[in-house]
Amino acid sequence: MLIDHPLLGPRDAAEFVYKGDGALIHRPDCLAEDALEAFIDYGYLRDNPAGTHRELWFHEQGDRSWLVVTRDTVTHEISRVELARDVARREGRSK
Amino acid sequence: MHDLEQITPLGAAEARVDTHGPVTLTEITDRALASVAARLGREDETVAILTDLLGIVPPAPARLAGEMLTAFWTGPDQWMIEAPLTTHEDLAEQLAGRSGAAMSVTEQTDAWCRFDLTGEGLPDVFERLCAADTRAFAGGEAQRTAIDHLGCFLICRAPRHISVLGPRSAAGSLHHALLTAMRSAH
Amino acid sequence: MTQVNRLQGGLIDRNETISFRFDDRWMKGHPGDTLASALLANGVRLMGRSFKYHRPRGPLSAGSEEPNAIVALRTGARQEPNTRATTAELFDGLTARSQNRWPSLAFDALSINDRLSSFFAAGFYYKTFMWPAAFWEKLYEPMIRRAAGLGTLSLQPDPDSYDKGYLHCDVLIIGAGPAGLAAALTAGAAGLRVVLADEDPLPGGRLNAETFAMGQQAGHDWAAETAARLAAMPNVRLMTRTTVTGAFDHGVYGALERVSDHLPLPAEGKPRQILWRIYSARAILAAGATERPIVFENNDRPGIMLAGALRAYANRWAATPAQEIAVFTNNDDGHRTAWDLTAKGVTVAAVIDTRADAPKGTGYEVIAGGTVTGTSGRLGLKQIEVRDARGQRRRISCGALGVSGGWNPNVSLTCHQRGRPEWDADIHAFVPGGTLPDGMVVAGAAGGLFSTHAALHAGAEAAAAIAADLGKTASAPDLPQAEDTPVSITPFWHVAGAGRAWVDQQNDVTAKDIKLAHQENFTSVEHLKRYTTLGMATDQGKTSNMAGLAIMAEVAGKSIPEVGTTMFRPPYTPTAIGAFAGRSRGTEFRPTRKTPSHVWATEQGASFVEVGLWLRAQWFARPGETHWRETVDREVLQTRNAVGICDVTTLGKIDVQGSDAAEFMNMMYCNGFAKLPVGKTRYGLMLREDGIAMDDGTAARFAEDHYVVTTTTANAVPVYRHMEFVRQCLFPDMDVQLISTTEAWAQFAVAGPNSRKLLQKIVDPEHDISNEAFPFMACAEITVCGGLRARLFRISFSGEMAFEIAVPTRYGDALMRRMMAAGEEFGVVPYGTEALGVMRIEKGHAAGNELNGTTTALNLGMGRMVSKKKDSIGSKLSEREGLNEDDALKLVGFRPVDAQDTVPAGAHLMTRGSAIDAAHDQGYVTSACYSPNLGHHIGIGFLKSGDARMGEVLRLVSPLTGVDHEVEVVSAHFVDPEGDRLRA
Repeated sequence: MLIDHPLLGPRDAAEFVYKGDGALIHRPDCLAEDALEAFIDYGYLRDNPAGTHRELWFHEQGDRSWLVVTRDTVTHEISRVELARDVARREGRSK
Repeated sequence: MHDLEQITPLGAAEARVDTHGPVTLTEITDRALASVAARLGREDETVAILTDLLGIVPPAPARLAGEMLTAFWTGPDQWMIEAPLTTHEDLAEQLAGRSGAAMSVTEQTDAWCRFDLTGEGLPDVFERLCAADTRAFAGGEAQRTAIDHLGCFLICRAPRHISVLGPRSAAGSLHHALLTAMRSAH
Repeated sequence: MTQVNRLQGGLIDRNETISFRFDDRWMKGHPGDTLASALLANGVRLMGRSFKYHRPRGPLSAGSEEPNAIVALRTGARQEPNTRATTAELFDGLTARSQNRWPSLAFDALSINDRLSSFFAAGFYYKTFMWPAAFWEKLYEPMIRRAAGLGTLSLQPDPDSYDKGYLHCDVLIIGAGPAGLAAALTAGAAGLRVVLADEDPLPGGRLNAETFAMGQQAGHDWAAETAARLAAMPNVRLMTRTTVTGAFDHGVYGALERVSDHLPLPAEGKPRQILWRIYSARAILAAGATERPIVFENNDRPGIMLAGALRAYANRWAATPAQEIAVFTNNDDGHRTAWDLTAKGVTVAAVIDTRADAPKGTGYEVIAGGTVTGTSGRLGLKQIEVRDARGQRRRISCGALGVSGGWNPNVSLTCHQRGRPEWDADIHAFVPGGTLPDGMVVAGAAGGLFSTHAALHAGAEAAAAIAADLGKTASAPDLPQAEDTPVSITPFWHVAGAGRAWVDQQNDVTAKDIKLAHQENFTSVEHLKRYTTLGMATDQGKTSNMAGLAIMAEVAGKSIPEVGTTMFRPPYTPTAIGAFAGRSRGTEFRPTRKTPSHVWATEQGASFVEVGLWLRAQWFARPGETHWRETVDREVLQTRNAVGICDVTTLGKIDVQGSDAAEFMNMMYCNGFAKLPVGKTRYGLMLREDGIAMDDGTAARFAEDHYVVTTTTANAVPVYRHMEFVRQCLFPDMDVQLISTTEAWAQFAVAGPNSRKLLQKIVDPEHDISNEAFPFMACAEITVCGGLRARLFRISFSGEMAFEIAVPTRYGDALMRRMMAAGEEFGVVPYGTEALGVMRIEKGHAAGNELNGTTTALNLGMGRMVSKKKDSIGSKLSEREGLNEDDALKLVGFRPVDAQDTVPAGAHLMTRGSAIDAAHDQGYVTSACYSPNLGHHIGIGFLKSGDARMGEVLRLVSPLTGVDHEVEVVSAHFVDPEGDRLRA
């Protein structure tokens, strides 16, 4: 597979390390009332779609960027690649 | 001045040179390296400091720039600065002194071994080593990739001159891989 | 021995004659020959014995689709079994042996299997060798393996090397026949980066096998001239002997280049083969078509081959299996064989054409509406039995029979991304379906266009469209006038009969087997394949699948497209495992990392151990020491009594900087780091988000905004990746920058009561390292040896007063030598990883065996370290009920009750008197050693409620290794439990 890195262009997937569901960006608030429940969901409950999936990939043999890759798990078509940092900010993560 | 003797990444007193066919492979040991990364929100300041230092705007992703001092891109808002070791043994310290806390500086001189390949037919060698499209290199490229499982930078200084920077501890394996590919290709 | 069946003409080099050996016979051939063509020219038709029944077999084809002519090439370590004689290029001195026969190819004892064939039908093994179960491994399988027709390996290491390579192109053209050559000309002239790959050494495809004219030129001359033009274009890479073996995602292709297989030996430094990974923006599949046979009784005798192969042998290689031949066809193409061989002076006894309206022959008889119903000739064809349109039977003498059932487009690569071929009713063959791999188009015969004219134009047009698509202008190349005969075929698959008719000759599958499978309800084509093994041999059914499907359709009363095809998968042709391994074998399986003191340690005669990729000194034996324990005990005692030095560079080091560095550190480690004063070091435990311990190490604070973190050797890379995840994905607005500095610093542990005295001779005098100025857990940036910058940490893994000192890596060797010299008066000793391990076990420090992916801070006795006052990775999930049970495992020490006993790691703990089973398991030993300080073996490990069971005696058992003795639970801190030495 090739991943079209937003800064570096298409790079072989072999340069990347796969982590998993992009939902891992949404780490719960540790100090919230229901934090333990929320962390159990976060840690263990994942969607496993046959189709479009947002995934985290780390460019280990490259610029060390974490990427959010939108990939069809059936066809391997990659429809979108973004820097995870941008996605995280857009989706409300900060400090 | 201290009196400790340095050794090369390959473990010898002198840098090694190998020639096979049209390609010469040279161990480079006279360069100082330091990494600079812009502090959050101080990216413009960092660029300004580096522009002042290099005499040129710091390079774009996957590029190399500069003459006396050179810099290549290593990640978002992050560069590696190269300088002659004789004048810049304390490169990281010099850079940190100029940074005004706008950027994080880390000494990297001994983190890397460097082998320069010069001559004709370099793409024939590199296409047996890594996925980088070195046939399209025209000079000024700086691409990180894997060679022999090792994370390396390929720095194209000129069409017939490519540097490979790899982890210093694996210099022997990297040198062997490069030499093997030279013998295979030419 | 003369080349009795060598014809005139051909593309072989008659100026040179070369010798080769097949079994015990030396023969002559010419450069340009394949092993098969040279054997045929020498009058040899019999080349092997079949897989199951040991039937005599000769080549069916003249290419990579070959099922029968499978031989072992070369001898000694280079022996390569199961190689197709039809693609092996002849070189002087080539040796080949036939396989699956004993004592000789002509007389094979196991051909008795053929007489017993009724016992060996489809499913025979499944049904027969079911019971008793124990017999399978001991009796049946070895017996079957001995009898089955695979060649043998040399069982020696492969002396050749293999490269892996990477190519980039705008367009990859697969196949250098007329379509591929025209495409390459067009794309090359348009300025695209082109890779043109063909498995054959000679570009041209069928142009080299046919007598077609291209304009005023012979087809093969046009091909050679075009190939030369392409080779001269700098943007075109013409790769012969290169098989594109697989089509992968996003325009990535695999290709195997046989660099040296046509040579007696690879040239110095050169690989035997290169496995290329080709990155293409677009691809044109111009892989041509493969002829398919018609199935009839005893259709497998040597001399019976594809009609197009007979033609190829005659036209390209000037060889024929016999001087008198016949042809059996259902289409016009079969007649070409009769024309071409007649022109070469071979007698064509008859053309049997299944069609009533067969064309007339010139100079040979045509039996229209006829079929071949049987053959005879024990080791080679002598006669065929023919039934004509009126049902009359007659016998015709011939030494070869060319069979043509039509042509199948080579669709394999179009299916590697789950594409399914579609049935084309005009040519009665499967053609590429609608869903092709990304960026692929098909041209020429691979797409079902069987005329040369159509192939040329399809290739050129495909390339022009791609050029336009990629923003280049292509002009149509000057293409010659070429043959443009329409396909004329009436499908005919199988001559019905009582005897055995072979469908898959490599796996010995008959038409009857397919019918049997259907009877037994294997009605899905994928089930049929697996039950009968049709198409599962090394040729992957290239010549057999179609007939198999047709027969299945016939017995099922379905159409062929209704039956469908099985899945095509890479590789297209068999690929040596060595090519997939590339250079990664033996000591070069992976890179080796060496420590800064490696040269010095080698001089000292150190023994090394692999730790991940690192080579670390394991111990430094001295003359007279006869056992490693003797050495390690000495290193431990001398370190604890005087001073020892160990290279600890391999620990990962990560530079953490930024105005939010403290906050970031607090997030990464379960214990607090924000309040660590500058100039101090602290132990940190890093958890995974699920609460399991991930890594540990020390982190030093050099400035408010600067920490240097150490990781364990093994986890340096994963920890860095994890930190970047936290930084980029979870807290994108934290001002923190990370970089690995593992390699930048040579770091040495200097441990033992004399460590300070030693270092005072190394550290420049302006830096006070007395206990008052530089207490336990201090850190500082200093200078050594007269001004070299260095880092000093007062940390201890051994439990002794100890320091770690770091200098720029290139001075590590010199510093080691200097410290050894400086330490001589203090009794310095270098120690290796084994002594390091002993000392940390004596001290009860956790390492990889304890941080084993199942243990928590609580298990490690560090439960209270998990700060509840702050958020950190893993802190919340470490509160999970399951990780906090009352009898949770706790890290404790173990001492054997009988001092002679060992405490082996991996052994489990049981309460005295309890049953020894998993239900009664109390815990396990993780690390163990002989303690030279205590004079007996010790161990540490995890025990349920261990901290509350001090003094209890337990049974230590390992049913696998026969361990069963008693140990006492003690504190894991065997040496200096109060830590007085650390702070000395």
